This record gives sequence, C-alpha cells and structure tokens, in this order.
Amino acid sequence: MIQGLTIIFLFLFIGDTISNLFKIPIPGNVIGMILLTGALKFEIIKLKNVKPAADILVKNMAFLFIPPGVGIMIYFDLIKKELIPIIVSYFFSTLAVLFVVGKIQQALDKKNEKSN
Amino acid sequence: MKSLIETPVFAVMITFMVFYLATKLYTKYRFILFNPVLVSITSLIVILKTINLDYHTYFKGAKIISFFLGPSVVALGVPLYLQFEEIKKRGIPILISITIGSIVGILSAALTAKLLGASKTVVASIAPKSVTTPIAMGISEKIGGIPSLTAAIVIATGVLGAVIGPAFLKLTGIKNKIAIGLAIGSASHGIGTARAFEEGELEGASSSLAICLNGIATAIFTPIIFYIIYKLL
Repeated sequence: MIQGLTIIFLFLFIGDTISNLFKIPIPGNVIGMILLTGALKFEIIKLKNVKPAADILVKNMAFLFIPPGVGIMIYFDLIKKELIPIIVSYFFSTLAVLFVVGKIQQALDKKNEKSN
Repeated sequence: MKSLIETPVFAVMITFMVFYLATKLYTKYRFILFNPVLVSITSLIVILKTINLDYHTYFKGAKIISFFLGPSVVALGVPLYLQFEEIKKRGIPILISITIGSIVGILSAALTAKLLGASKTVVASIAPKSVTTPIAMGISEKIGGIPSLTAAIVIATGVLGAVIGPAFLKLTGIKNKIAIGLAIGSASHGIGTARAFEEGELEGASSSLAICLNGIATAIFTPIIFYIIYKLL
C-alpha cells in the first residue's frame, strides 16, 4: 500500500514536472498516467507493487469529485441568468459525444474483426 | 458552535458521511437518479445552505479529499496497462472515434450555447466541458472563460454521463465494450469512468484511455474551434 502510493506520487511528481518544464497544456496527472502505463509495460514497475494502492484510488475516484462539485453553488446566479443555453448545450453535447464516439467505435471495430 | 463547523474536520466528516449514505442508498435501490455523486453534491449544497456555512470555508477543509484526484488519475495507468493488448488491437479506430468525438463535443457545446444567446464568457467556459477538470480549466482560461465555472460544469457533465450514459448507449444499440468505455470516458471523464468500471474492467480501462486522448484532442481543438466560431463565422 505505502509502496504503491510512493510509486503513484512519484509518477504524479514526474508528470507535473514535465508539464511545468515544457509548458505543455496537458496536466501532470494525465502525463503521469501515460508514464505509469509505460513503466508497467516495460516492466520498470511491477504490477503487484502498485496494484493494491491503485485499486483503492480508482475504485473511489468518484468520491474525490464531490468537494469541487459542491462549488457549483457559488455560480447559481450566473447559471440562472443563462440557464437555457447552459442546460440545453450541456445535455445535447453530452448525448452527442456519447452517441458519436460509441457508434463510430462500434462500426470501425466490427470492420476490424471481420477483416481479421 | 459556529467555529466547530468551520473546521476542516467537520468538512471532511460531513463529506464522508453524506457519500457513505448516498452509496448505501444507491446499492439498495440501483435507481439511476440515485447516483452517489449526484445525491452527495445536492445534499451537501442543501446542508451548507441550511447550516449557513459558505462554500469557501467548506472547501478549505474538504479540498484534502479532492487533492487525491491527481494520484487517482495516475492510478488509472494500472487498468490501462491490464487492458493494453485489447486496446492496442484497435489503435486506429480508437484514435478516429475519439478525435471526431472531441470535435463534436466542443462544436455542439459552443454552437448550441451561442445560438441560444449565451455570453462569450459562458460559451468559453462550457466548450471544454467533456474533459477532466484540470485540462478543462486550463483551456477555459486560455480562451477567456471562467475556470471555476468550467470546473462546476465539467463535474455536472461527469454526473450526467455517469447517470444516463450506460442506459443511453444501450438504447442506441451500442454494445461493444470498448465503444461503451470510450463513449463514457469521452463524454464524462473521471466521474463517467468510475461508472464505466461498474460495467466491467474493459469498459473502465477504455474510459480511462478516453480521458487521456480526449483531453489531449480537446486541448488542441478548443482554441481553434473557438477562433472559428467567433472570428470567422
């Protein structure tokens, strides 16, 4: 557990460092995720050392969004002023992304399986 | 009394307590509107208003919880590695579907909001709503939005995707596991991904990959699309 968290924080720190140093608009945590996948793939890190800690973090990820999510309360007035455009675009766009990504991936994947 | 509810311990305690109860509610009824994140955020807003505790004081304590978002995004590298072979086989289709999904997400959000009369600031704040909070806030700031408003909309989008995503995909005939994961991750980042893991490991790992790829694509395309909409149209 402690070992796993050490590895995860190390990769987060490396990710943050790269993001800041090269002024990349990608946050350090996403860079850290890519690097961790690579490190496991190339066996720099052993799966059994990082998995217990990673499982706990991944399984409870939704919980971590709650404090910033409550922050929507300070924007109620602004949102109320432009309620219709915000709500409609938010609903429509979320459904559009779900539909487009799902349909395209499913269509392309079928073709892929047939040609194999 | 007042000073006690203003402590970090109270903020953390109440957040844990509300989420614990919301999770129990969800496991008991499995009703989609009882999504634990949705129920917790709504309940906490009601509680804070009732006990008259302002958000900034609450967040000063509760941010210790969201601090762990950073390491948890890094931790997604583990499921991603475990499903690496499955995903690798479909490298090109995945890149195509996520790139198109990213462009559709930005365009549909920005154009709909603008056509319905939203101000430029709100359009800029809503355009990157599908990607993970730190990326979305960075993009929003760059194109003249309000980063913290973006954060609120991003989380609301995540909740929406988690609540209706799986049912909506089933309804539209999308059954391919990777397609389900990519769609949920592209539309609703980490909150959707947490929900995608309930569907299965492959769905969850695909969703994690979508957070990463859609985050990159959206960071590239949002400023371009925003420029086209406001300068060229």
